Amino acid sequence: MPLPRLIPCLDVAAGRVVKGVRFQGLQDVGDPVELGATYSGAGADELVYLDVKATLDGRPALIELVARIADRLAIPFTVGGGVRSVADAEALLAAGADKVSVNSAALERPELVRELANRLGSQAVVVAIDASGGEVRSRAGSRTTGRGAVEWAREAEQHGAGEILLTAIDTDGTRSGYDLELTAAVADAVALPVIASGGAGTARHVADALDVAQAALLASILHERPARLVTLREELRELGVPLRDAA
Amino acid sequence: MNVAVCAYGAGNVRSVVVAFERLGAAAEVTEDPRDVAAADLAVLPGVGSAASAMDGLRERGLDEALRERVADGGATLGICLGLQLALEETEEDGGVGGLGIVSGRAVRIRDGRVPRIGWATVEPSGEAFYFAHSYAAETPAATARSEGIVAVAEQGSFVGVQFHPEKSGDAGARFLERCLSRA
Repeated sequence: MPLPRLIPCLDVAAGRVVKGVRFQGLQDVGDPVELGATYSGAGADELVYLDVKATLDGRPALIELVARIADRLAIPFTVGGGVRSVADAEALLAAGADKVSVNSAALERPELVRELANRLGSQAVVVAIDASGGEVRSRAGSRTTGRGAVEWAREAEQHGAGEILLTAIDTDGTRSGYDLELTAAVADAVALPVIASGGAGTARHVADALDVAQAALLASILHERPARLVTLREELRELGVPLRDAA
Repeated sequence: MNVAVCAYGAGNVRSVVVAFERLGAAAEVTEDPRDVAAADLAVLPGVGSAASAMDGLRERGLDEALRERVADGGATLGICLGLQLALEETEEDGGVGGLGIVSGRAVRIRDGRVPRIGWATVEPSGEAFYFAHSYAAETPAATARSEGIVAVAEQGSFVGVQFHPEKSGDAGARFLERCLSRA
């Protein structure tokens, strides 16, 4: 297996990085390109950019932002938020994104995952699942779907998803630890890499998540002080997590 | 130094161009077989699935251009699917004939989680590179491996890498610099 990955997540709205708690109350935390470059320099294995507003009239600005990120970074990055068609995804990849993440649109029309995988290859298709109490939520966590997270992850895999990005809404932004039970259940149900998300507060939390998942998403824990990634990597190494030599 | 990056379908080729530009090379995305013939280094990046990629290469005459280029000893780099397409065939999409530039075939990865995504150490160099693939080469031309999987294959003037040097930070940049210096 490849090495465990640390993936800082940057929520983007109107060209700025923002962060909320439990998907609410957005605060400005910086410039997407600069913050991405800082994380890359600090040893991030990948980055995820999520366009949290995902408005149609904001698409040209997002494409331009993706191109600026690709010009600056030499590590992979995923872009998500508002991807509803193969054309949306192609535009993001053409601008320099390595993967797209789909969420609500895939829930509404699961065939979208297969269309994306056929056109772009599974390795470029991340299915993001937001879950609360084991149940999938859509539209940035605002709507219940009646679907189980484990069941939807399995279905997404059958449709050709390349990775599952699993966010536990209840722990997101709380720094109280990842939802290990849910993450383990999803990781056991699929043969795809799983990215654990929501709740990182300490190195121990991240190490525990990397025991059951192949990657850990990091947001709140880093945004006030991006240099935290450097010390976090050191602490994880001391806990026995085999991270790559980033230099 | 002039680099021609083959465009033949949907995917991220921009990052390949940017990576070479950072190293001071003049890199351009092209669909024109004449550019592939004339460049100091030709690059076959990996985008999409095997069947659609081979169709895309054929439609543009890039398949012949790449074969002729390698036969003439022109430096050529295949990245990820670009390595797999250079083989004789791949299991992907129910079986697809490749360019036949490198002996061997691409087979589905059978161990671990698939796609195999992330940074992994490549031996003998010991450096970590970024991989994202579901198929892997089986070839006598292998010159480096990662966890038993073929990471680099070299035959004649063709070098194929399973990892993404353009996404592998400083280690990737050093690799691309070596490709340029050999071209």
